[in-house]
Amino acid sequence: MTTAPALSAKAKPKANGAQQKLWAFASLIVLLLFFSVASPNFMQTSNILAILQATSVNGVLAIAATLVIITGGIDLSVGTLMTFTAVIAGVVLTYAGLPFAVGVVAAVAAGAGCGLISGTLVAKMKVPPFIATLGMMLILKGLSLVISGTKPIYFNDTPGFDQISTGSFVGAIIPAVPLPNGVLILFLLALAIGYVLNRTVLGRYCFALGSNEEAVRLSGVNADGWKMAIYALAGGICGIAGLIIASRLNSAQPALGLGYELDAIAAVVIGGTSLAGGRGSVLGTIIGALIMSVLLNGLRIMSVAQEWQTVVTGSIIIIAVYADMMRRRRLS
Amino acid sequence: MMNRRTLFAAVSAAALLASTGFVAAQDKPYIALISKGFQHQFWQAVKAGADKAAAEFDVTVTFEGPDTEAQVDKQMDMLAAALAKNPAAIGFAALDSQAAIPMLRKAQEAGIPIVAFDSGVDSDIPVATATTDNAAAAGLAADKMAELIGDAGKVALVVHDQTSRTGIDRRDGFVNRIKESHPNIEIVDIQYGAGDQLQSTEITKAILTAHPDLKGIFGANEGSAIGVLNAIKETGRSEVIVIGYDSGAAQKAAIMDGSMAGAITQNPVGIGYETVKAALMASKGESVPKLIDTGFFWYDKTNMDAPEIAAVLYD
Repeated sequence: MTTAPALSAKAKPKANGAQQKLWAFASLIVLLLFFSVASPNFMQTSNILAILQATSVNGVLAIAATLVIITGGIDLSVGTLMTFTAVIAGVVLTYAGLPFAVGVVAAVAAGAGCGLISGTLVAKMKVPPFIATLGMMLILKGLSLVISGTKPIYFNDTPGFDQISTGSFVGAIIPAVPLPNGVLILFLLALAIGYVLNRTVLGRYCFALGSNEEAVRLSGVNADGWKMAIYALAGGICGIAGLIIASRLNSAQPALGLGYELDAIAAVVIGGTSLAGGRGSVLGTIIGALIMSVLLNGLRIMSVAQEWQTVVTGSIIIIAVYADMMRRRRLS
Repeated sequence: MMNRRTLFAAVSAAALLASTGFVAAQDKPYIALISKGFQHQFWQAVKAGADKAAAEFDVTVTFEGPDTEAQVDKQMDMLAAALAKNPAAIGFAALDSQAAIPMLRKAQEAGIPIVAFDSGVDSDIPVATATTDNAAAAGLAADKMAELIGDAGKVALVVHDQTSRTGIDRRDGFVNRIKESHPNIEIVDIQYGAGDQLQSTEITKAILTAHPDLKGIFGANEGSAIGVLNAIKETGRSEVIVIGYDSGAAQKAAIMDGSMAGAITQNPVGIGYETVKAALMASKGESVPKLIDTGFFWYDKTNMDAPEIAAVLYD
């Protein structure tokens, strides 16, 4: 009885996960091919690196959103939480002048702490996730402005801070591949969270909560505790995104962040994660985030007018999800 | 089945792209403009000026800007995509100069000249900056205020902020001109309302209450000016002379019905035009002036419909 929901949940994502990822991956390849043919400027190393760089922040936020969405919830606060953690890093490093590592830990801890608050609101106080995280989104946006005094905090006194995102650890070893560290962090994080979801108890309960929360409860598992842990983990990941964006801009921009949650959610659904919960994958999300960046970059390279870029992006989201649904319906 | 789905998506994407009216034009010189915004009327007017120059000089121009002035990272992504297209030159209005410098260096290394526009870029990388002389423009507002209130009495300022370049320049330009040329005018208060209409309204009401004999108020940007107008309307103090800045439907209507005496307008169309012109010249290796003053105008009921004024006003 104890293992029943866990087992079925574990089996589910594996059954059709591979095909779903393959589909998203094929779409990505089609887009890459299309833009390569459409413009000779698209397929050059510097542009591919620019696309990856543009994906790093949204990708990390989308991983956080994936975790919460798999539990059947939603997290609208990922964007402003990212900003909040960036501001915390700014306060710790620039205002307080503390060492580099303290700033990094503070940002991730602040993220996890805020995630835990959202998780508590959802799990213990039964506030619907949409409302709880909408509230958190606004609270964190306001707090970022208050703490920073509505001015950007620069990291000029922290040498090496810009290396978190823009430096290249890979490039130092293999000069031909100057992969920005922000992208490296995204890929490593994706591997880590992919492992957590598929190989650990936390991951198993994440899927189980999304597919049948009642069954998890009835089997005597501390469902609330696990849910809070997942929200906290997602918050900590937003802290990593905060560090990446702050490093890239060499500043914590306190007014930024609103709207980024929708980009993250879009990447998650393009990647095949169900908003109903219980189904999803980190790899799909990464591909979804890449599809969005490739699309936007490609349209820019083709000099498509900005108003039309938005129209095309919106349409692709609908097409991607519709096609995925149709395929799923035929399978079942 | 998989292939059919993929094909469906690809065909849909291609159809969408075709419908956007995309034309491949690689033979003309290409100039990319990355602005601070896109959907505001002010930026659309800058874009119109850029398009005008593009037609005149036979160049291809693209114009992009983030949704809000907070999205510094999105502006960097736009700059990166523009660089990949290997443009002849780039026009750039930085949201945050410091954050943009690494990317601008990259452009410099690639030999792509940068022309700054609007608030410019706080660095020596740009070969030229096309912008409004905000201090001189606010000075003109001060002269007009003096003229309208009989060169004597109390006035106040409602400014958007005390940190941005435009906020500082407009405040100081107005205050200094009053001090230099109009000794009988007293500036009794300078308040900051973040350019927010509601906040500026409350501020103005407080100023009006504190100074029952106030003769005039200068609102230093569109939001501030509309806030001042709201407060005048709510308090019924229609004897107070109001001078605004920039245009927009609300200010234009207020000038038409007499509740606002007049306003300073920048020349957004000129900013776009001069940016493209300077960028093209720089790309050919010609010398361009470091600072291009794109000009400003005083407008009121009498000259609002004149072609040269109507062309730079926006709704």
